[in-house]
Amino acid sequence: MAELLINLAAMITGVAFLLALWRFFAGPADADRVVAFDVLTIIGITGIVFVAFLEGRGIYLDVALVYALLSFLGVIAVARYLERGL
Amino acid sequence: MDVLGGLLVVAGAAFLLLGGLGLVRMPDVFNRIQAGTKATTLGTLLSLAGFAGLQPDWTLKLFLIGLFVLFTNPLSSQVLARAAHRAGAEESPLTTVDVLNDEQGK
Amino acid sequence: MSHLLPWLTILLCIAMLVAAIIAIRGLSSPIAILAAGLVSLLASVLFLILASPDVAMTEAAIGSGLTTFLFFFILGRVRSSENDGGPA
Repeated sequence: MAELLINLAAMITGVAFLLALWRFFAGPADADRVVAFDVLTIIGITGIVFVAFLEGRGIYLDVALVYALLSFLGVIAVARYLERGL
Repeated sequence: MDVLGGLLVVAGAAFLLLGGLGLVRMPDVFNRIQAGTKATTLGTLLSLAGFAGLQPDWTLKLFLIGLFVLFTNPLSSQVLARAAHRAGAEESPLTTVDVLNDEQGK
Repeated sequence: MSHLLPWLTILLCIAMLVAAIIAIRGLSSPIAILAAGLVSLLASVLFLILASPDVAMTEAAIGSGLTTFLFFFILGRVRSSENDGGPA
């Protein structure tokens, strides 16, 4: 039962990843692409936790921890860049 | 406990899907920021809670990841919205009020 | 349960190709830098699937965090020196 639910959740997360990737590919303005990058990073954190669960190794969660700390740095940098420009 | 954790993971994935769908369907940068950040924050937290139910040994690390996501995600959303507003992002024609423009006397 | 992992790998490879195409399409400098960071993120998940968490962590810290921040820092410095009419 839990296995079926995990499979279903992985497929749904994959579809969400593809939707955000489409917005990153086709977003008209720069800000749209930055939002899509933020969402892709968050979905990537969830994907890392999925991989850690599927492999059954808790050490993989450290990578998700590093990403949760660092993903925000890139968004802050690009927001500062967009704010001072244009 | 397994089934409860699996259901929480599926609910979190559904919120992630709603966030992605809002990112594609919304007409405006600010609406996309709303849909993309708030729904995915809730989805990630629900997924992490579900994995904590499925693997009780990982609860501390999952809690730390959820804490960082909960701290950094609304902050990046707010900074991004302010940068988009200052850079003059175009608003949807359905926008009725823009308080920040009114306060700056434009 | 691990028959999901090949499909996840295929999805990651397609997404890496898309991100690399965006990076070289020449839209604007910040988008190219962000696309390079996205390639780095997906490569990190791919290293994790290949069972090397230390390489994945290094890729996450250096490729996605430090390089993106450094590129934006340098880009801001270059633009401000252009605005000031400083050394070209």
